[in-house]
Amino acid sequence: MLDTDEEQNELIQEFLVECYEGLDKLDQDLLTLEEDPRNTEILSGIFRTFHTIKGTAGFLAFRKLESVAHQAENLLSKLRDGALVMNTGRADALLKTVDTLRAILASIESSRSEGDEDCTELLDNLKRLQQPDQDGFLSSGVAPATATAEATNEASEASATRTTAEASEPTPTSEPEAGLGHSPETTAAAPPAIVPSPASLPDAVAAARAARWASPPPSLAAAQAAAAGGAASAAGADEDEGAEAAPSVGKASGNKKKEGSEASVATSTAPAKSSKPNAVDTSIRVDVNLLDSIMNLVGELVLTRNQIVQHTATDPSSALAATSQRLNLITSDLQEGVMKTRMQPIRNVWSKFPRVVRDLTTACGKRASLVMEGEETELDRTILEAIKDPLTHMVRNSVDHGIESVEERVAAGKPAEGTLKLRAYHEGGQVNLELIDDGRGIDIDRVKEKAVERGLLTRDKAGRMSEREALQLIFLPGFSTAQKVTNVSGRGVGMDVVRTNIEKIGGTVDIQSAKGEGTTLRIKIPLTLAIIPALLVTVDGCRFAIPQVSLIELVRLEGERARDAIEEVHGTPVYRLRGELLPLVDLRKELGLRPRPEIDHAGASAPMSAGTGVPAGSSEGEASVSETSLNIVVLQADDRQYGLIVDSVNDTEEIVVKPLSQQIRDIPVYAGATILGDGRVALILDSIGIAKRAHVLDEQHGHKQAREEAPVVTDAPIRGGQVETLLLLDLDENRAAIPLSSVARLEEIPVAEVEQSGDFLVTQYRDRIMPLVWLGRTKGRPVSRAAESDERLQVIVHASGEQHVGLVVDRIHDIVDASIVIERTTNRADTLGSAVVQGRVTDLLDIAGIVHRAIPNLARATAPRGEGARA
Amino acid sequence: MSRPAQLCTFTVADTLLGLEVEHVQEVLRFHEMARVPLASETIEGLINLRGQIVTAIDMRRRFSLPPRVEDQRPMNVVLSPSHGSVSLLVDDIGDVLDLDDQEMESPPATLDPAFQDLIRGVYKLDGRLLLMLDPVKAIDLAPMETA
Repeated sequence: MLDTDEEQNELIQEFLVECYEGLDKLDQDLLTLEEDPRNTEILSGIFRTFHTIKGTAGFLAFRKLESVAHQAENLLSKLRDGALVMNTGRADALLKTVDTLRAILASIESSRSEGDEDCTELLDNLKRLQQPDQDGFLSSGVAPATATAEATNEASEASATRTTAEASEPTPTSEPEAGLGHSPETTAAAPPAIVPSPASLPDAVAAARAARWASPPPSLAAAQAAAAGGAASAAGADEDEGAEAAPSVGKASGNKKKEGSEASVATSTAPAKSSKPNAVDTSIRVDVNLLDSIMNLVGELVLTRNQIVQHTATDPSSALAATSQRLNLITSDLQEGVMKTRMQPIRNVWSKFPRVVRDLTTACGKRASLVMEGEETELDRTILEAIKDPLTHMVRNSVDHGIESVEERVAAGKPAEGTLKLRAYHEGGQVNLELIDDGRGIDIDRVKEKAVERGLLTRDKAGRMSEREALQLIFLPGFSTAQKVTNVSGRGVGMDVVRTNIEKIGGTVDIQSAKGEGTTLRIKIPLTLAIIPALLVTVDGCRFAIPQVSLIELVRLEGERARDAIEEVHGTPVYRLRGELLPLVDLRKELGLRPRPEIDHAGASAPMSAGTGVPAGSSEGEASVSETSLNIVVLQADDRQYGLIVDSVNDTEEIVVKPLSQQIRDIPVYAGATILGDGRVALILDSIGIAKRAHVLDEQHGHKQAREEAPVVTDAPIRGGQVETLLLLDLDENRAAIPLSSVARLEEIPVAEVEQSGDFLVTQYRDRIMPLVWLGRTKGRPVSRAAESDERLQVIVHASGEQHVGLVVDRIHDIVDASIVIERTTNRADTLGSAVVQGRVTDLLDIAGIVHRAIPNLARATAPRGEGARA
Repeated sequence: MSRPAQLCTFTVADTLLGLEVEHVQEVLRFHEMARVPLASETIEGLINLRGQIVTAIDMRRRFSLPPRVEDQRPMNVVLSPSHGSVSLLVDDIGDVLDLDDQEMESPPATLDPAFQDLIRGVYKLDGRLLLMLDPVKAIDLAPMETA
């Protein structure tokens, strides 16, 4: 029996958590059932869930809950027995039941009472739907009334359920109230809009849905958000999530569903979630706070272990050394295990989206399906939390702005149903998330127009902006091109918040779009935040840590080589690494430290470190007379690589990432700080931050041309003053040109047709194997994954005697007759010079040279098919 | 009616400053610090305090005062966690004083402008003024340029 209040509370708490989980599963199952109405297993599962809710509700004397669940159970019973057939009307009613049950649960959670909501309409509807001949659609009168009831119900909840709001949410807490304030009005407006006409069933259903959408109070989302989250969620965490959701919602509609429900996957859900009782026994529920504190302790253990290992390194033979070695191994395993507990599949976040998409598409009158790839990809829990809202916003944006209406799509020759694809995969220590839609793409001109309107951009700059730069405009604060602000999205708080939130966890967001074809959003985030392997380097006596995920390789140049290997072009030092030009960044310079004693930038004055990682002695910058050596750390920054010049490279260590305090948090070159094994503090470098600061990346993750240049002597004659027919193309956002006489044909080759042959990427072209040469920076980009996409390469077929070579460019622009006046001579290997063509600086490409350098032995690389590919 | 206030006091270039004890976690001798290149000049460096990384703010620079003498080592006034992980570098630590909160007066208009924004009030002690530091403003370096 329930002796004390506390016990009662605990019981109710458990009941709530289990009910929320059950309701989430119901969302999923109901959607699955809608697609597959005769699935008896699902039907049984749904029946059992309602049955359980009814039973426990009755035991706890929650009569309203009990009666609603009871009617739903009855309906399900008849469906399960085959006496009735599942249809849209019944699905709607059942989904509405789930929402209503959630509302009641929320009320119970906050006030221990079931709330004042009047469920008679719903109950009547459910009863009516149990009759065989009903079409089962909600009458128009129902929707607004219940909507109003919900609104007032939620209004009282709003204050109750709002707990500590996350500081990260920029929208003020007054916004939910504003949203609430609107709902009664919109609700009042709803009835006139709905014209009941039994003859048009789909319209009435759609209208009823629309009415349901008209007044979704944010706090309902807050309550429902409590249900969201991974397997190990306790009530405490739920409340936080709820509060977090509340301010960000402000915009109504789909958020209600978005926050609260785990929607079903288009295909049937994994067996682990099914009704098999065994799955329940192998997992337990753990308070996330407990997990977090364990994680912290493990972090401290790692640090202490580092210190012990350092101390024992001096005397490897002692007993202490052996013990500390054991400690080392155990700590590593423990760390791995604890990290695993924090890792959750991204499915946990994605699972809500099918319902979000379903509800949104019905609200907007569109059709779209959601495809999910890589949902088992695992992420740290804190990262999942952080990307939940941004991802949801992106999905909603896609449906709301991206996917066109059915008529538009059909008129454009697209399938009536749009496709949203979510992809997740690990790559290079990061998790890549992609959201690809086949909608109308982003209208660059409209974006530019809006930006100019809002004073975010001068018209002049807008005119000169490249497409890629223009796309970045949507990330500016206050930007939204929605014609009208719908309840769904388009209030303009969107993409900049998305980007900020993603960058806050150390990730990047990028966007690509083709008008009329669709948009792709790409997010990259680090795998884990807490404990990472890092390389320690020293610069001017200061130690820094570089996360291994950004590390590509180490280059050490000695003596003369150190001096000669650095080429300086237009003020930018570069190093030719296996043929590729690597821009160099001098860390001393970037950090504003004292310059090295030697004058020329190429000489590093670090004392000899053995290259195997022995810590350098006094790294104060003493110049050693006979040897100069250069240490270059090759780093990845977004999609660029560059070399960081440091004084010395020390060892690698596993470090615990500690956040920077508010006073230094915003310095872009630092990603955090850590305590090294010897107790000293070291700052952790952010490779992207450094790259931006050194202008290797420009502000919007774009590219700079300077780094591509290198002083290489060429004795190609530079023509001038003649009129030539040129093929203009786009290359890395710059303009380039090839004499048309060099062009045999222009082709579009699907990426899927690119194959690997030894060192080259080739394609089969007219009974021959044609090697491909990428002219731009995209040289060497692996195409393996793109095999599934429909991407096509722009290829210029160039004939060199009997052989053909395919030159891959970004975009073929135009063919013009132009009088070439070489404006600027360069010593670049790939160009004959630059000229102004059509108002733009255009590089004239040295095709012969390019081809020769890329494929030294062209004859061997291209052989007629069927004769044995390579001689 | 008097309201007792317990104050930590410390000196920065002959100026006596105070903070209510609830704002102070502990007081330390000089600790080695790791430089933070590109940070505001006011930030002297980072300290390892029992595994926690604390940002040290040099109060001389904060008040635009001349720098310490070469071999003079500053002391650390580590603020309570509610202020983040921050320590104030001061010349010397003074006594803990018990004063009456009612006796705090508003800062005189003649106060050096460098102090104005950061001082909440003053106490008149025997022969000298005790300036009450505003901890929140003292560590808010936002208006200052961070490289």
